[in-house]
Amino acid sequence: MIFVEDKEIVIPGDILADEEYHSGRGTFKENNKICSSLVGLVAIRDKKISVIPLQSKYIPKRGDVVIGEITDIRFSMWNLDINSPYSGFLPASDVFGKEKKELNRTFDVGDVLFLRVVDVDEVKKVKLGLKGRELGKFRGGILINITPTKVPRLIGKKGSMINMIKDETRCEVIVGQNGVVWVKGEPSMERVAEKVINIIEEQAHTSGLTDRVRDMLAKFLGHEPEDTEPEENEAEEFEIIPIEIEGSDEIEESEETVEIEISEELGEVEESEKPDEIKEFKEE
Amino acid sequence: MNIIITNNNLSTGTETSARANNRAFDELRNLKIEAGVLERADGSAYLEMGGNKVLAAVYGPRELFVRRLMQPNKAVLRCKYNMAPFSVDDRKRPGPDRRSVEISKLTSEALTPAVFLEKFPRSTIDVYIEVLEAEGGTRCAGITAASVALADAGIPMKDMVVACAAGKSDGNVVLDLSEIEDKEGEADLPIALMPRTGEITLIQMDGHLTEDEFKKAMDLAIDGRMKINEQQKTAIKNRYGD
Repeated sequence: MIFVEDKEIVIPGDILADEEYHSGRGTFKENNKICSSLVGLVAIRDKKISVIPLQSKYIPKRGDVVIGEITDIRFSMWNLDINSPYSGFLPASDVFGKEKKELNRTFDVGDVLFLRVVDVDEVKKVKLGLKGRELGKFRGGILINITPTKVPRLIGKKGSMINMIKDETRCEVIVGQNGVVWVKGEPSMERVAEKVINIIEEQAHTSGLTDRVRDMLAKFLGHEPEDTEPEENEAEEFEIIPIEIEGSDEIEESEETVEIEISEELGEVEESEKPDEIKEFKEE
Repeated sequence: MNIIITNNNLSTGTETSARANNRAFDELRNLKIEAGVLERADGSAYLEMGGNKVLAAVYGPRELFVRRLMQPNKAVLRCKYNMAPFSVDDRKRPGPDRRSVEISKLTSEALTPAVFLEKFPRSTIDVYIEVLEAEGGTRCAGITAASVALADAGIPMKDMVVACAAGKSDGNVVLDLSEIEDKEGEADLPIALMPRTGEITLIQMDGHLTEDEFKKAMDLAIDGRMKINEQQKTAIKNRYGD
């Protein structure tokens, strides 16, 4: 017996199904009943029932790519805020190798970095690294925070959503899996991108979002929406679910897109200029 | 609040079940809950119950900087209950007092059994309850609102927590005591429970009840839970435009 429909909004404690179903993410079993533990949308795949959260915090996982801000400089490492209950650290050896250098000459407090989670140990210490071809420091641009579970939605199927934003606003956009988004382009375009990203976050649980975002972008940018590819749109409804449902898929999808789109100039790690615009929007 | 004061002189001598606002003995006050009212909090809720106006905000799970409080296997749930100086008729001296410290502690204990704290080891979940206007039963209102705010913050829970008081006023066992009924009545029995399983997470009693009256009051509070839970559900669903 099943008591809910696919894509229905449930709250903690709602009974979803009897035990003939398997309990997936966001659910738990009690007295042979499967119950929801979250506020979210029901996802039913064959006999597996799960709940996709509408709100969440980022829990670091090895291999994720994240955007973090330096909060402290210690003797041989930097501490970073990665928008998570657990703060991260970047060992100096990862940046300098065996050389000894002054840490604050390379990265200072307030710098924003694009990093990879190298390891999360049993005491939840998050070790970060800069080894990777596009990892490094951001110069300029703005940061936007979204709910980490909505990252796949922002990226869209094969990057459809994010590529549309990039093409329309001509901004560079990088999405960290911790829900931090970096946008750089013309200041007015940055604003448009910020607005659109915030709307996507708000409406992530609704269907037909890609179309609405296309219209919205056209409106903000002051030209008529192009009526192209209507057949593609149908397939895009609710892409959040297929991407979200299996943990491994989720990483692959978003990582892929992130890697393709990152520009080369971010590779320079040694740069010590201060980004003057970066903090501007974070404070709001 | 005015209505209650004027109606209070109805209950002199006669053994009618007349309550302020013509409420039945098992009737709750008007209840209104809204979720997601605060922009900067991870989850929030605003609740009105009769003359009570309560805001609840949830932050977290977030990093816990007080090392000695840190739990290696689970998160800590910290609660702070505070009454605004203007929430009562006579200005309340701001800051924590004996009563609000007690309520903070029991709110945290009432919510803890419902939350899957083991999912976020070495972190904290902070709940702040701010009473803007008080008219009896603020601890229950606070717990009910905090539970909505926790759900809104996306924190995994076994069930919602619903709190509701029963008691004895003018010789009758009644549900959801107002301020007057609480102050002039014989007993007050706040109960918090999880509506699905019926597990009780908080029970306090102030005053005197016979065993039968106690059982009756318990039944009233337990029966009243579903109506509050229904409101909690709609509050959360409304937030996502459903």
